[in-house]
Amino acid sequence: MDFIKNFPFFSIMLCMFCAIITSCLGRKAAKYLTRIVLAAVVGLSAALLVYTYINGGSFVYYMGHFPAPWGNEIRAGCLEAIFALFVSAVAFLSVVAGGKAVEYDVEDKKENLFYILVCLMVSSLLAMCYTNDLFTGYVFIEINTIAGCGLIMVRQIGKSVVTAIRYMVISLLGSGLFLIGVTLLYSLTGHLLMSNIKESLLPVFESGDYRVQLTIVIGLMTVGLSVKSGLFPFHLWIPDAYGQSNVVSSSLLSSTVSKGYIFLLIKIYVRTIGFDVIEKSGVFNICFVFGVVAMVFGSLIALREKSFRRMIAYSSIAQIGYIFMGIGLGTKEGLVAAVFHIFAHGITKSLLFLSSSAFTEGSHTKSIHEIKGLAYEHKFSSFCYSVGAFSIVGFPLLSGFVSKLLLGGAAIGQGLMQWIALLALAVSTILNAIYFLRTVIYLYIPPEQPLKAEEPKPYSSMRGFSYAFGVTVLVLVNFLVGLASGPVINIINKGLEFFS
Amino acid sequence: MKKDDDLQPILSRLSGKLRSVYKITALVLVVLLFFVLAAAMLGMPAIGNKNNPDNNEVARRYIENGVEETGAVNIVSGMILDYRAFDTFGESCVLFVATICVTIMLRIDGQNKEDDKEAEKKDKTSFGIRESAFKKLDSRYYEPENDSILKVSSLIVIPIILVFGIYVILNGHISPGGGFSGGAVLGAGFILYLSAFGFSATERFMNAKTVKIITLVALLVYCIAKSYSFFTGANHIESGIPLGTPGAILSSGLILVLNICVGMVVACTMYSFYALVRRGRI
Repeated sequence: MDFIKNFPFFSIMLCMFCAIITSCLGRKAAKYLTRIVLAAVVGLSAALLVYTYINGGSFVYYMGHFPAPWGNEIRAGCLEAIFALFVSAVAFLSVVAGGKAVEYDVEDKKENLFYILVCLMVSSLLAMCYTNDLFTGYVFIEINTIAGCGLIMVRQIGKSVVTAIRYMVISLLGSGLFLIGVTLLYSLTGHLLMSNIKESLLPVFESGDYRVQLTIVIGLMTVGLSVKSGLFPFHLWIPDAYGQSNVVSSSLLSSTVSKGYIFLLIKIYVRTIGFDVIEKSGVFNICFVFGVVAMVFGSLIALREKSFRRMIAYSSIAQIGYIFMGIGLGTKEGLVAAVFHIFAHGITKSLLFLSSSAFTEGSHTKSIHEIKGLAYEHKFSSFCYSVGAFSIVGFPLLSGFVSKLLLGGAAIGQGLMQWIALLALAVSTILNAIYFLRTVIYLYIPPEQPLKAEEPKPYSSMRGFSYAFGVTVLVLVNFLVGLASGPVINIINKGLEFFS
Repeated sequence: MKKDDDLQPILSRLSGKLRSVYKITALVLVVLLFFVLAAAMLGMPAIGNKNNPDNNEVARRYIENGVEETGAVNIVSGMILDYRAFDTFGESCVLFVATICVTIMLRIDGQNKEDDKEAEKKDKTSFGIRESAFKKLDSRYYEPENDSILKVSSLIVIPIILVFGIYVILNGHISPGGGFSGGAVLGAGFILYLSAFGFSATERFMNAKTVKIITLVALLVYCIAKSYSFFTGANHIESGIPLGTPGAILSSGLILVLNICVGMVVACTMYSFYALVRRGRI
């Protein structure tokens, strides 16, 4: 066996080790250890991506001495590898760019606890991405949920604690529904391993004995995971969770955590239950409808929002809608577009949250009107913010443009769906443009009085090289994915081939 | 859930009538969901039926070869700590991350311990409650002192509880039980000791430092042991850990070690939750 096949296991365990050791480190050491480990995971995932892309196919890795249906196993192909690369890279850049914001928001003695949560969150996302076993998926969903609560409340102001509790209740509802789905599926098939479930589900489906139960299983899992990722009717926790917490937490939660659940849902659709069965159950249509409603509705409420960071949070609802619309098209092109949008939105949203911290002095709440003219004070940050805003709106050269193009292209030729999808895309893009470009214009309005040489503010004086590095890399990646989208689409296509 | 900020203005603008309509709709939906799920459950394969899909080769191998392959007479232990050890490792990390979250939420930093002790010495007690309790928000001062019934009875019970907890942990691979249940018993024993004799008594062996060290060592041992066995298993290398004779106390390879680690983590977690809730410090 090639040594490189150990890399998924190494990256999961490395993060776990880091989390355990961090519990007895001081804040400086914790910060640097986390950065080093996350950078190492980025390297491991990149190497794995190259390896799986060249060799094609996917491989199975035993977690222990026993083969699959008895023991646990993980499985990796290029889609898993690129998702792991995405998660670890976004986490690394967020931690690097937001280091000062964490120092500013979190009590000194609790800062290492914050980094433990980040490590555990990344390792659980990696495990969710690589796992080939439904129950392992559930266990790591739990870790992810609790770590998410911790990340929200780490700011320790009253509102963030309330938000964390609300997030916990709603999120646990989601995991509960998912768990019921898993148990029902186990009683129907006798397996927890994804590929075995698919094998034994096909005769069950064809015999038609358990049609109702199967529909309920699919429904429970879809609802459970979409509650956790914040699809439209279950989105009410999003604005506070992303808008009140620390910037690093918002960046991690919006761009990686919710995407991890969607990735697991795609895995369940494609690998566990099977694309044909899902298609016949009609769940795709429901995903499509809710996705479309979320696209329009999310943008509308974002338009109404006065608070700057909550507005960015609301736009996530619309973006999650785009992803579910792509899945709901029920075609391979739609799935490719959805996966591409996961990446495009992830890198853009983290860029927006991190660069907006310059205008809101860390994680404070500010209304949109208060950021007028700040571009003249924070030239670099407002440039980066504008790049993010343009990307979300869908300007050519940037990643958001490509994902919208893919989504539109996937919708063509789908009968009635085509018109609904294209109309929703158009409306949502215009609304996106209105509320995001509004903030960009506000930023660049010249201040009425000439700038005074004020005393440096505590937060802005603390930023330094690492912030510039993290945000610059995110901007570059955004351009890179936008300009050279071919290879990324290729990888996703190839990965989906070997995904089932 | 729906009473969120962005619904609030809409709701307040419309009359209260709509709100009751909304509540009734929610109730109807929940009841409907209940009946749908119940109907689905009735149509599921009956529990314990021989021809059920879950009576397959997976369960058969656990039952038939479990003792031989893992060395654990308790098949459940063999399953969770050897066959599916990755899941169980995840579960212990759930405990770990839960402790971290509770610590972030409840730990009060920045209190000077020396000052506390000084204040304690000077304190007078009235009605069995320390006077400074009325001034400070630190619940250990609220403890009624000299509750002799509790003290005497816990002196008798605590040793039994602790020995039983250790027994359950150490025999996890032979008899029902294991790290999770034994650790819970141990933790309950510590909590009882704490309620009977106060923090000054438990601080001698359970303070922030020892809890930290025990959790760190237990999780590290767990992580290293399991990483070793995952790595050797995946690369088809013999692990070289003797399984021993099934039924003996020193048998079943790593399971005994893992049980001890899990037990320590669970006991510390339970104790520290209680301590954090009561006074914001371990």
